[in-house]
Formats: sequence, C-alpha cells, structure tokens
Amino acid sequence: MKWETVIGLEVHTQLATRSKIFSGSSTAFGAAPNTQASAVDIALPGVLPVLNKGAVECAIKFGLAIGATLNRVNVFDRKNYFYPDLPKGYQISQLAKPIVEGGALKIVVPSTDSGQSEDKVVHLTRAHLEEDAGKSLHEDFHGMTGIDLNRAGTPLLEIVSEPEMRSSAEAVAYARALHTLVTWIGICDGNMQEGSFRVDANVSVRPVGQAEFGTRREIKNLNSFKFLQQAIDYEVHWQIETLEDGGRIEQATVLFDPDTGETRMMRSKEDAHDYRYFPDPDLLPVKLDEPWIEAVRAALPELPAAMQARFQNDYGVSVYDATVLTGSRALADYFEGVARACGQGKLAANWVMGELSAALNKAELDIAQSPVSATQLGTLIARIQDGTLSGKLAKQVFEGLWEGAGEVDAIIEARGLKQMSDTGELEKIVDEVLAANPKSVEEFRAGKEKAFNALVGQVMKASRGKANPAQVNELLKARLQ
Amino acid sequence: MSLSPDDVKRIARLARIETSDAEAQATQAQLNTIFDLIAAMQAVDTRGIAPMAHAQEVFQRLRDDAVTETDRHAAFQAVAPAVENGLYLVPKVIE
Repeated sequence: MKWETVIGLEVHTQLATRSKIFSGSSTAFGAAPNTQASAVDIALPGVLPVLNKGAVECAIKFGLAIGATLNRVNVFDRKNYFYPDLPKGYQISQLAKPIVEGGALKIVVPSTDSGQSEDKVVHLTRAHLEEDAGKSLHEDFHGMTGIDLNRAGTPLLEIVSEPEMRSSAEAVAYARALHTLVTWIGICDGNMQEGSFRVDANVSVRPVGQAEFGTRREIKNLNSFKFLQQAIDYEVHWQIETLEDGGRIEQATVLFDPDTGETRMMRSKEDAHDYRYFPDPDLLPVKLDEPWIEAVRAALPELPAAMQARFQNDYGVSVYDATVLTGSRALADYFEGVARACGQGKLAANWVMGELSAALNKAELDIAQSPVSATQLGTLIARIQDGTLSGKLAKQVFEGLWEGAGEVDAIIEARGLKQMSDTGELEKIVDEVLAANPKSVEEFRAGKEKAFNALVGQVMKASRGKANPAQVNELLKARLQ
Repeated sequence: MSLSPDDVKRIARLARIETSDAEAQATQAQLNTIFDLIAAMQAVDTRGIAPMAHAQEVFQRLRDDAVTETDRHAAFQAVAPAVENGLYLVPKVIE
C-alpha cells in the first residue's frame, strides 16, 4: 500500500523581550537559579499578573508578517495542570481568542531527486501568547528534584500550523522559514540550544487517496532541524510498519531520543491531561487599537518573501538561491552589498554561497563575522568581470582578503596575480606548448577532444595560471585549425 | 446536566483534593445546585449577544517592557521547606 504522511507543527518561540510576560523580572539566559524569579513568577499568594506591552507587540509583528488576522480583542485563559515547575498550578495561555489567527508562510523545499526546488505555501492555524514554565533538574538531590523558576513567566508565542506538510523535508523547510522569519523581524533570538525555538511535530499517516487523517502522535520538544527530520522519518516508518503489521496507532505523546534515533511513548491519550481551560479572571481582555497596529506595520523591515522576489527580479538569481540568500537578514544584507559593489547579481550569489560560505563554515564563523567585507568581495568580482582576474586567480586574491592582506587591487599587485593581457606573450607560450606536445596535437587532430583540454592545461601551467582561459582557447583553436 | 459521584471524584483528583465518599456525596449535591443555576441561566435567550471574557467592558492595561524586579531569592527561599544550590527541592516527579 502507498502511504501519505501528514505533519503539522507547533513551534514555541521565546520572545526577545527584556522582561517577563506578566512580571518585571529579567529574561536574560544563564543567571544563577531563581535569581530572576519574582513574587509573581513563584506564585506567592495575592500577586497579580500585569501584561508586558513588548510581548504583545512581538505577536502583532508576527501576525502582520504572515498576513494573519489580528484579533482586536483577545483573551488569556488558564490551562490547569500540576507540575512542580509550574508554581501557580496553571499556565496562562490563550485558547478561544488567540491574538493571531490564520496567515501563511511560503516555503521552498529542496528536492533531492531532480535538483529542482519546489515552492509551497503552508497555512497557519493560529499563534497565541503564553508563559513558559520553570525548569526541573532531576540530577541527584538526595532523591528529590531541583526547581529553577528563572524561566517561569518567560513570554512565548506558540505558532500552530495546519496539517499541510507531507514529508520531513517539508516540515524542516517550514521550520526553517519560520525560524528565519521570527529572527528577521526581531521577535526571537532563534537560539535553539538555549530553547528559544522548540518544535513539536504532529505526525500521522494514511493510505494515499484517503480523505480523513490517520491517528496522530505528537513528538515533543525537538530543538534542532536535524532532530526534527530524524524524528519524523523514524515516526513515519514506525507508524507504517505498525499498520502494515495489522496493528493500530493510538493517539499519544512521544519523545525523540537523539542517541538511538527513535521515538518512545511519553503518555497515551488515556492519561492525557484535562486542562480545564477557563478565562483568567486576573487578566482583562487585551485590546489592539489601529494606531498601534499601523505603527508596528510601518516599522517592519522588508520581509524575506518580498526580498526573495526582489533578488530574483533585480539580480537574476534563481528561486533557490534567493531563498538561501535570505536565510538571515545579515546574509541578505551582505549579498546585496556584494551585488551592488560589482553589479553582477548571479556572480555575487555564486561567490557568497560558494567560496565565502565554505570559508565561513570551515572557520565556524557567522556571516556577520566575515573577515572579507561585502565591498571587498564586490570589488573582487568586478576584477573578474573586467578581465583583470581569472576565476582561479580570484580565488587566490580571496585567500589574501581572508587573511587580511589588504584591499583587492593591492593584493593583485603585491602578489603579481594580474591575468596576462599581452597577446604576444601568450602566443609565444602557446607555440612553445604546441611544439613540446606533438602527441597531444596529433591526438586532437585525430578527433580526441580530451587532448585539447590537456593542451589548455599545459598553457595555463606555463603561464603560472595567469593566462585568460578564454583567450587560450581561442588561440589554441586558431593554431590547430 | 448533573454530576455523578464518579465525576466528582475525578474532578477532585484533577485538583489534587483528597475526598472521602461522604465528602464526595455532599459535594455532589452542592455542585449540582450550581449546575441548576447554570441551567437556569442558559435558558435565557442570548442570540446576537457577543460572549464576554470579563464582567466589565474594560481592557487590560499594559506594562512597558522593562526589568523592575530585583533578586529576592534569599528572602523567598528562607520560607521554602528544602533548598539546595539556589534550587527549590521537591519530591521527584518525572513526566
């Protein structure tokens, strides 16, 4: 039987506010335990939550960025459950009237088979504000659990997609696009190691052609794109195998173990929580007025999707390249700096995604830390374009830039990397090479194309890489006619 | 709608309240009078009236995003039953 995978994602993004959602405690990461937990965060009796305007504004930004409906009046609810890192006995969240509803995100799914990428639009169900819980530390405290409430009350935006993804590759592409967007508009620092962007995946399978969904299992708390893909692939395989063996899937919450690459059951539907949601009487409904929304809209930067379209139009780069180049604002700004400096969009894209990315990866540097500036790279590309440098020589100049050896023209001069422009000098070399390689000449005349390439190689070598390859081709062809 | 003794027991368990059978029975009767009141209110025709999340037509006041709290964990932890390395210690619960 042919199976179809159905995936929906719930992503918890930690909002980049200075203070917590309902108290004036700091949200800075890594403080000593419980030093950033106020009376409100530890739920002392008699305290009241006061909503952080900054957190609401983050949600408005997100809603505008995905073209969603902003609920002009939205409501906070209590989600009741008992766990020691939730001191109030309930989490303040939004159920019936979330701040954001609807919206959509364009994703680009790289295809492994054809090398062609595929565009897809994923619709969002909703995004709502809520508070994070504290942390439980189960190491050895004489058989007890240690509780750190620094994280309790940290603002989260939970972003829920429709079950529209059909493969782990699509789920990863969506998660990446979402990650790019929330960091792009500055509402989340995107740090996955620190838990600022946590993904839950709802996964089910159904026979191809069946209209209703299969029973889903929810994989909790995936904190890397790699784990997201591995967990979904394992889960899909497990579900199909279970069904083909005549078993049935029970609704459950599962955890992914990165060490084994497997998912295992955390709780079944039978002992699923009954959260007994109700509107929080401590908080009044939140009203978003039009001037506020319009002010937030006016301050939004150009969004990744708009920039992708502009890069394709203005610089002639492919859909896939445009997506890669808008992976972060820093990268997009860098590319645009290079493209403007050299006036060659496609070449700029190749260099940024090729030579520069490889060097950055190798050195484990971020684009913002690049030792080669966008202007320098742009100048370098301009020197290829005006014939001063061949591609090969340009790579040597790039190495010089990377080492901080100075500006492009100075490096070319100092290292003698200028492409040979004197035709007479090149003609001399070509003649010498032809004289020294009668066998290759003979082979070429006998119809062996490869022999021609060998001759080009010899000429390049004799010129110590400085000959213009196009010119060499031309000269050789003329001589061999 | 009225509650069965099992419903009462279940609600008590969710709220982590220990109840004897006698207490459950008494509570059942009390809760059912509340349900009667709800039933009476539900008989009112509310078509065309938007539900409210709060009894008054007022909206939440917002606080500027600024850190105003200081570290008071020493005072808070002075009354905690068990503390170690700045952490509150609780009986082990692993989900």
